Amino acid sequence: MTLSFLIIAVLTLAGAIAAVTLRNLVHCALALVVAFAGLAAAFLQLDAQFVGFAQVLIYIGAVAILIVFAVLLTRGGEPPQQQTFSLSWPWGLAVAAVVFATLAWAISGSFAARREPAAQVEATTKQIGDALMTRFVLPLEVAGLLLTVALIGAVLIAMRERLPESRTDNEGLRTDQPSAPSGVLDRAPSGGQP
Amino acid sequence: MANALDQLFVNLKHALVGLFPPAWQPLASVALTAMAIVLVFATLFALTTVLERKGLGRIQNRYGPNRVGLPFTRLRLFGFGQPIADGIKALIKEDFVPAKADRVVHFLAPLAMLVPLTLTFAVLPYGRNMLPLDLETGVLYFFAVGAGAELAVFMAGWSSRNKYSLFGAMRAIAQMISYEVPLILSAVTVVMVAGSLSTGRIVEAQLGHAGWLPDWFVFTPWGLAGFLIFITAATAESNRSPFDLPEGESEIVAGYFLEYSGFKFAIFFMAEYFGMFAAGGMAATLFLGGYGAPAPWLEWIPSWAWFFAKMMGFIFLLIWLRGTLPRLRQDQLMNFAWKFMLPLALVNLVAAALWHFMSPGLARWVVCSVVVVGPYLLLGRGLLERKGLGKRVYRYAD
Repeated sequence: MTLSFLIIAVLTLAGAIAAVTLRNLVHCALALVVAFAGLAAAFLQLDAQFVGFAQVLIYIGAVAILIVFAVLLTRGGEPPQQQTFSLSWPWGLAVAAVVFATLAWAISGSFAARREPAAQVEATTKQIGDALMTRFVLPLEVAGLLLTVALIGAVLIAMRERLPESRTDNEGLRTDQPSAPSGVLDRAPSGGQP
Repeated sequence: MANALDQLFVNLKHALVGLFPPAWQPLASVALTAMAIVLVFATLFALTTVLERKGLGRIQNRYGPNRVGLPFTRLRLFGFGQPIADGIKALIKEDFVPAKADRVVHFLAPLAMLVPLTLTFAVLPYGRNMLPLDLETGVLYFFAVGAGAELAVFMAGWSSRNKYSLFGAMRAIAQMISYEVPLILSAVTVVMVAGSLSTGRIVEAQLGHAGWLPDWFVFTPWGLAGFLIFITAATAESNRSPFDLPEGESEIVAGYFLEYSGFKFAIFFMAEYFGMFAAGGMAATLFLGGYGAPAPWLEWIPSWAWFFAKMMGFIFLLIWLRGTLPRLRQDQLMNFAWKFMLPLALVNLVAAALWHFMSPGLARWVVCSVVVVGPYLLLGRGLLERKGLGKRVYRYAD
């Protein structure tokens, strides 16, 4: 365990703990970003450049933004007045402990634990690309298809709200609908003001 | 002589590193490189603010700043002392934080903005042997680290507790996410053809000359289209006119940095220019041959001079655009990104793939040009027809 790993681990854990304990949801989301960054740093420390930077690009550049937007558009930035923790938290803790114990027992008994650690492999980005485009092309395509379906579904949900409105509009007025992202902006002020 | 000038900074750094004891040398090398990057770009930022104001003044038929000289001397330097005055003003100004603001996030936002953009400078090849960080995944690093700035925009807008700040942040994020897609897709074409994500390797692939034309990617059908998409998207990404809706003065005062004053405001200002430098440097690296000279008989000019000339050319283009074009409307901005730029960037990927697999010759040029120009014309005509735009009629002026 090197010093750099220690720093990264402490940073990641602190971010993750802050993300579940802070009261203000936006602060939670920002703390989660710290945890994401720590994970990316851990990947980089393991010489997994491609995965590390993809983690930054996708999780910090897109997922974190999605989370803060979702927080702003759904319930406002005000911290909750009541207690943040449910009263039944000991039960949750017990369930989590049982699930973790089961998983840990299953993994420690599986073949993966007994397997010899692989010799130091230098996985270049080119090799990752080759593998994704040849051997794992089907899972990649399926994942792409899934994301496309989710995208189309999201657009459909966003459009249905507007359909009756635009039907009842005067014939003469052209209803030039803004695209989805600016539609998001239209609704922003109602719940978005912190 | 030319070679000595070309490698001037490399040799200087080696000499300086040699002064340290051997155990300290790796650290000294890293620190010197980082210091050089920060100093050069901070100076360039100071100069560019004057250039921009003088350039805008020239376009608008006025002088621009021309009075401030060096302090305690009578040197006027055509107004290039202005950044010193600006810096002192930013430093001694009151640092105002709104009473209801989220103080911690409000304080962190300018830093979260400036740090990622400064980090992107690490993978730009400034000249021969002058690539600070030769990553195997350099292009990915550039875009990944740059994406951190979006979150800083949100932090600034949200923590100020001002509705105009939040509007500005929302506009900026929506715009940056939308234009990031064509930006990255246009860079992917270069990665496909060069066969590497390393910025150093990409520049090396463009160093040759074919006849009187250098082997720059911009001189291919897909490269030209990719370059145009890249600089358009990069302009939007750095929130510059005509895509400066996030700070639209007439609508939302100044956008996400509305509640910042003093040096924090200066940091946002600096981050905007750093973003422009990074975008210009990347455009030069990907499409304009990086530090390569345009012709063999021009190679006596040092490679780093070519890089910075290309980068400042991009900055000049941005200043020119700012003085020339009006601002877009929000829905026009989004439609342009998703309905026009994104399909073209996708088509351009096909063109780059065809270029890669077809044998060199005239046929390759014709096919790729048709693949790029055809959709451009069809899409442009189609989108304009749906808008019902005809010849402009002046209803009241006739």
